[in-house]
Amino acid sequence: MFKYFPHTEEDLQEMLKATGVESIHNLFDDIPEPARFKRDYNLPEALSETDLRLFFNQLTAPHNTRQLVCFAGAGCYDHYAPSVVQNIIQRSEFLTSYTPYQAEISQGTLHYIFEYQSMIAELTGMDIANASMYDGATATAEAAIMAWGNAKKATRVLVSETLDPKIRRVVETYAHFNGFPIKLVPAVNGAIDRNALDQELAEGGVAGLIVQQPNYYGIVEDYTGIADKIHEQKGIFVVNANPSDLAILKTPAEWGADVAVGEGQSLGIPMTFGGPGVGYMACTEKLMRKLPGRIVGQTLDNRGQRAFVLTLQAREQHIRRQKATSNICSNQSLMALYVTIYLSLMGKEGLREVAEMSYAGAHCLRDKLVATGKFKDTFPGQPFFNEFCVDYEGYLDALLDECTANGYLAGIKISEKTLMLAVTEQRSPEEIDELVDIIQQFKTEEAEV
Amino acid sequence: MNRTLYGNLIFELSKKGRKGYSLPQDYDRTHTTAELPEALRRKEAARLPECDELTVVRHYTNLSHNNFGVNDGFYPLGSCTMKYNPIINEEIAGMKAFAGLHPLQPAVTCQGALEVYYNLQQSLAELAGLSEFTLNPCAGAHGELTGLMVIRAYHESRGDSGRTKVLIPDSAHGTNPASAAVCGLEVVEVKSLADGTVDVEHLRQLLNEMGGEVAGMMMTNPNTLGIFEPQVLEITEMVHEAGGLMYYDGANLNALLGECRPGDMGFDVMHINLHKTFSTPHGGGGPGSGPVGVREGLEQFLPTPRVNKVVVNYDGDNEPYEWIGYIIDWGTDSSLGSVGSFFGNFAVMLKAYAYILSLGSENIKQVGPLATLNANYIKECLKGDYLLPIGGLCKHEVVFDGLVDKSSGVTTMDVAKRLLDYGYHAPTIYFPLLFHESLMIEPTENESKETIDAFIDVMHKIAEEAKTDPELVKTAPHNTPIGRVDDVLAAKQPVTTYWKSIADS
Amino acid sequence: MAKFEEGLRYSESHEYIRVEGEYGYIGISDYAQHALGNVVYVDMPEVDDEVTAGEEFGAVESVKAASDLISPVSGTVVEINEALEDTPELLNEDAFANWIIKVKLSDPSELDKLMDAEAYKTICN
Repeated sequence: MFKYFPHTEEDLQEMLKATGVESIHNLFDDIPEPARFKRDYNLPEALSETDLRLFFNQLTAPHNTRQLVCFAGAGCYDHYAPSVVQNIIQRSEFLTSYTPYQAEISQGTLHYIFEYQSMIAELTGMDIANASMYDGATATAEAAIMAWGNAKKATRVLVSETLDPKIRRVVETYAHFNGFPIKLVPAVNGAIDRNALDQELAEGGVAGLIVQQPNYYGIVEDYTGIADKIHEQKGIFVVNANPSDLAILKTPAEWGADVAVGEGQSLGIPMTFGGPGVGYMACTEKLMRKLPGRIVGQTLDNRGQRAFVLTLQAREQHIRRQKATSNICSNQSLMALYVTIYLSLMGKEGLREVAEMSYAGAHCLRDKLVATGKFKDTFPGQPFFNEFCVDYEGYLDALLDECTANGYLAGIKISEKTLMLAVTEQRSPEEIDELVDIIQQFKTEEAEV
Repeated sequence: MNRTLYGNLIFELSKKGRKGYSLPQDYDRTHTTAELPEALRRKEAARLPECDELTVVRHYTNLSHNNFGVNDGFYPLGSCTMKYNPIINEEIAGMKAFAGLHPLQPAVTCQGALEVYYNLQQSLAELAGLSEFTLNPCAGAHGELTGLMVIRAYHESRGDSGRTKVLIPDSAHGTNPASAAVCGLEVVEVKSLADGTVDVEHLRQLLNEMGGEVAGMMMTNPNTLGIFEPQVLEITEMVHEAGGLMYYDGANLNALLGECRPGDMGFDVMHINLHKTFSTPHGGGGPGSGPVGVREGLEQFLPTPRVNKVVVNYDGDNEPYEWIGYIIDWGTDSSLGSVGSFFGNFAVMLKAYAYILSLGSENIKQVGPLATLNANYIKECLKGDYLLPIGGLCKHEVVFDGLVDKSSGVTTMDVAKRLLDYGYHAPTIYFPLLFHESLMIEPTENESKETIDAFIDVMHKIAEEAKTDPELVKTAPHNTPIGRVDDVLAAKQPVTTYWKSIADS
Repeated sequence: MAKFEEGLRYSESHEYIRVEGEYGYIGISDYAQHALGNVVYVDMPEVDDEVTAGEEFGAVESVKAASDLISPVSGTVVEINEALEDTPELLNEDAFANWIIKVKLSDPSELDKLMDAEAYKTICN
């Protein structure tokens, strides 16, 4: 007997008898002989719980899996999350339940999704948010499809070169197979080239434009005036924004966005090697019925109580099949719960404090790195939030190896010379100083040999 | 679960000045966001709740009491494979060393994580009878889309650009045609026979008419009725002959573990729902994970990033030695592209791999047979009171067409809602669409005979109530925190945020 | 029981058209509204949009179903029934009194391909 299988020999015999089948394997007699699997799987034998722990302990030993002091971002950030978040997430009523189709016994899930939608709407300034998407990249790709589907006579969807290239690759992949062209709008000094954009818009046929805020390089771009120009040709303006920074930054709605998307990982979700995170997606009321994904709405039950229920389902695949707004069936419900509990605890002030600390730390680190004389700004004069790019005078790989050897993940190398670093409220002043110190001490020549 | 509703919204518990967090105060404040130009800053602070910690803890704990999970009771939800989510898997996935990993840190510093990733890719390939898997997709539908992209990339690579159609049985789940549409494919429906299996003659006719335009065919097997497609080998052969590829929707894979592999049936591309077959929790709708596997010859089309194993032989000073390591491939020309920001839902993969290791080769073999026995047992025990439209063996799930005696007007919806009163989750209802009153029951291998017998008793009792007191059933549920909801109101005047609800009231 | 109003032309996809001179009022049949159940939303085109016979021009949604609206004729939309924006249930109350769009016909001969009430009734049964 195995711990997850309750069937005793007696149970098996009784059940087989009731079923009128001699052996349990006769239940598969309808499978054609050549398709039957008759050998053992070439997999390890069962591990006891003790051995399983041992196995994973070995895999997570420092020589196998090393936690570094994280100065990397690029879409995944090491933020603080109160202990409460992880604890409540583990409640089995949330963890082990299904999609809340049976509203009567799923008010817990429906209720927090409604709160999540409200919080996302408030952060982005948009009218309506869905119950979440897989991640920020796929949410952006869905926004591109939304823009294309909404356009009547368009020829392309524009994407700013300052959008994270990982997200761009996903958008391009979706667009390629869906069957619409993506056109890249180039950048100048790390921000979208407004002249190039104006030229594209002058040509007409723009279904939409996708930009990021702060952009891939951490720069806070000024998107003033863009929305109007896109709306003139009935295009859709999509802003991918880091929701954590929206405590301070101008909202997608204030930029005139029709759709706001992004990655919610920075709101209480551990990095866990990049997933699961949660994609958020919000839009104007006008586009409500074109929004993909699940949506929870408020209603009443037959006892007159306020209750929540999945709504606007006529957009979805189980009703519309190939005419659905998207093929997505699920949401990242539990990850949306991370975000909801996190924002409930942090609240209005906490999120601002996180933003201030991250901003202060990043600017302090940038100043100190430039002061070493080994770095200069990649994009001089551009305002940034908690992530920035600097060019290194020497051999960057060697410097990064040195930092790694000292337990520091000193950012992401985004070109031969350019290093991108992120600072969150988790990074103490001591850690910032130590990183600068390691870099200061490092002699490029030695490593190049 | 509570019987009374806990109904507060967190916004309604907010009071200005309260806080539920603490952050260090000693940091360098040389720079503040006030430096940013005003044009870049939001005008008004976001109206997020202001609550103390205990208020938040109680709020979400109380909310959880309005929910029903697998740990609360039997979840016979058809086609969802609501198996037990082992607790040890959560412990593994929550290990600090994994939780704190940045996805872009050097591969040399995360070999342990990459080893799990690689081993899971290989384990799934063995279980599916295919060559390689990608773990990038985040859910089943995401996997379907990715798999269809593989199929299109394959045809594109051969310059075979006219293959724009995908064949899908009319009994398929709505996701199949929706995924095909997102992938730019035109859906052509293949008819079903009266018993719900694919009409092979209709398929033949379609292939004769449009074979050169067919990119592939999507199939679920066992199909959405829980029936194994008897002519699957002929079907895969016919589609291959026409130049198309076969896609296996792994939604119902659980039934076959130990007995049959998609690769051996002739499928070329498939997805697996780790949240069904490999025990990872559904989390109220996600995160899931939908790895996609391909047969030999299609590996190069899989999305990136991928994790590969390398073996390097060194000539040491005294003797040669071998270094085994794992590297990340961020992109190749033949790859279809990327379908997500990073590697996929890694924490979910950890749980699935812990599950595979816990069961081991010997116990995984038991999964399909035990689940199938449970389903057939329920089928035999309930067919007197519930209409069994298709006899014979079922696999992991059984579909009834409502009550045998429909004279009192009690519908499948009513039966489902009445089950909630007795402490069960409802079965899947009104799907598949082949019958008017579909009631689809899937008991997993984790359910004991006692649990199933108790469920069968309740189902009989409800059938009896439908005769003696139909109103009781029609007005169910009675013992749940809320009664039936007005979904017309919700859809007609959508209120989807707290802000909208206070503006309207 | 569904009603079948005389004097209208019907399509197989359950739209009707009431012709008045060079204009036609297009809506969904009583049979169609019954099949859909409570209508919660009507997706309508804009004035001046072109519609084509046999092609979709909008959709009708209920809670658990959605149906595309297929135009029975070709022409230009001259008016939409704005009352349906806020009160979509009018379609359930009286599908024939509440048309969805008013179209200026570009090819009246298309009307010949549509069914009369008697023929339409036969396909519904």
